[in-house]
Amino acid sequence: MSFPWANQYQPQHPLMKWLDEKLPMPRLVYNAIGGGYPVPRNLNYFWNFGVLAGAALAIQIITGIVLAMHYAANAGVAFDSVEHIMRDVNAGWFIRYAHMNGASMFFIVVYLHIFRGLYYGSYKAPREMVWLLGVVIFLLMMATAFMGYVLPWGQMSFWGAQVITGFFSAIPVVGEPVRVWLLGGFAPDNAALNRFFSLHYLLPFVIAGVIILHIWALHIPGSSNPTGIEVKDEQDTVPFHPYYTAKDGFGLGIFLLVFVALTFFVPNMLGHADNYIPANPLSTPAHIVPEWYFWPFYAILRAFTFNFLWIDAKLWGVIAMFAAIALLFFLPWLDSSPVKSSNYRPLYRKFFWLLVLDVFILGWCGMSPAEQPYVIMSQLASIYYFAHFLIILPIVSRIERPEPMPNSITEAVLAKHADAASAATA
Amino acid sequence: MASETETSAGIEDGVRRRDFINIAAVSFAGVGSVAVVLPLVNQMNPSADVLALSSTEIDISAIQPGQSIKTSWRKQPVFVRNLVPAEIAEANKVPLSELRDPETLAERTKVGKENWLITLGVCTHLGCVPLGAAEGEPRGDFGGYFCPCHGSHYDTAARIRKGPAPKNLVVPPYDFTSDTVVTIG
Repeated sequence: MSFPWANQYQPQHPLMKWLDEKLPMPRLVYNAIGGGYPVPRNLNYFWNFGVLAGAALAIQIITGIVLAMHYAANAGVAFDSVEHIMRDVNAGWFIRYAHMNGASMFFIVVYLHIFRGLYYGSYKAPREMVWLLGVVIFLLMMATAFMGYVLPWGQMSFWGAQVITGFFSAIPVVGEPVRVWLLGGFAPDNAALNRFFSLHYLLPFVIAGVIILHIWALHIPGSSNPTGIEVKDEQDTVPFHPYYTAKDGFGLGIFLLVFVALTFFVPNMLGHADNYIPANPLSTPAHIVPEWYFWPFYAILRAFTFNFLWIDAKLWGVIAMFAAIALLFFLPWLDSSPVKSSNYRPLYRKFFWLLVLDVFILGWCGMSPAEQPYVIMSQLASIYYFAHFLIILPIVSRIERPEPMPNSITEAVLAKHADAASAATA
Repeated sequence: MASETETSAGIEDGVRRRDFINIAAVSFAGVGSVAVVLPLVNQMNPSADVLALSSTEIDISAIQPGQSIKTSWRKQPVFVRNLVPAEIAEANKVPLSELRDPETLAERTKVGKENWLITLGVCTHLGCVPLGAAEGEPRGDFGGYFCPCHGSHYDTAARIRKGPAPKNLVVPPYDFTSDTVVTIG
């Protein structure tokens, strides 16, 4: 599970020796995130985002448990109980705003984490399982975030629940019964609110469990690095502690600065004013959009405005939206290039940035009203999204000629230092 | 260059620049953590709407001598009793030395309103509601209140006389807003 030169855990204090014999928890921590885990010496700041995502989950769980002490999951009083948290509970406004913006921060760092993986080829062998578990975590996060958004029982909550559960009604024959079963009614009401609250409380702990598997799977081959070259010997690595605990600690400080800036100065910037209107089953808000982190997928959902083959537009939209994420499960096998890092892939690198641009365009379309020119833009951007993974990536990985690569991580690091030194003297 | 000076400085006094950075960073994180823990702990304290219940007005005009009512203040039961002269006399003839929690009836009532005994209906043992406020309930060996949970007996001034309770029934802060209205809290 680790390299042969990894530091060994050696308890000094008699109590720690005793504990190590009975329950080697400190040994586990030491080997996972302490001096016993050798990590490539050349990780850049993009390798912070895994730890930051873990911190974001911890913040969500802590603030969420506290909010659940004051929230009432009943359609009659849910909205009022959230206002009670905002006005009456000691520091309730802070805790709720932290939870709201914590969800956004969680998605920001996870999206950066995913694009880091896409750029540096972290999904490739021997780390396919790490990637697959990561996609599972992403799906669980989306489900959790959606159900949490329903709980305040405002207009956006209600109509979000209506639209999202409407996805299931697109399934032929069984769709409508499935939707009614999921909601426990014909429209979102008390039954739906209660089960969403129950699951919203459960899923973060499921996410925590899958994160443990994600880290376990990561620690078998060890962390990837910006060169994509695997670790060859001891001089390629440094112990996780203190080198990366310090580096992650610095990143965590920056993360928290952004987080508190959002929470204290613009707590509602990423939300929708309509959600401060109590749920009204008889009136849909004029412009209904999901939270920002769902915009790209929402654009793909709405891109199908026409029936195609024997399937109607509604079902196509739902299939396309789920396929956009399901596609990621096949990524390790769609990209057959043996070179991991885009630093040495001149052609893929260009397409990577085009994909980033494409996702931003999709996000912009998802935020905008369902009218021209956004419809045609989201159609073209959706086509490109799928083309990137299904056509461009397999072809590029076959025809591309990678740039010359260093022999080892250490060689790459020393070359960089030599460059810097010659630049300094020149 | 920097590392050389750092090392030589370290040899001289045993303190490195890195030690300073380390202590500063960890201290800052510690202060930050405390600042975050405070609201997370404070949120469990009574919220504003709970504190808003902390003052209650009671109309006592309908309580006849010898009667008592049960009302509620901060979601706790309150006993308001209109004592008859015999009960007042009985309370006043008990020597303070006999009492577990020595207090006179006068100390437990307002001047000129000695017949109005207002106490919390919360046994000072473990918080049950004593019997004796409602018509026909047992009033214990001393004619006041009797707690059935663990057998505490209170006298006509609601003072503890027998049983495990350590203190007299608590007199809440209150004032007569008029002859017939009492504000508790």
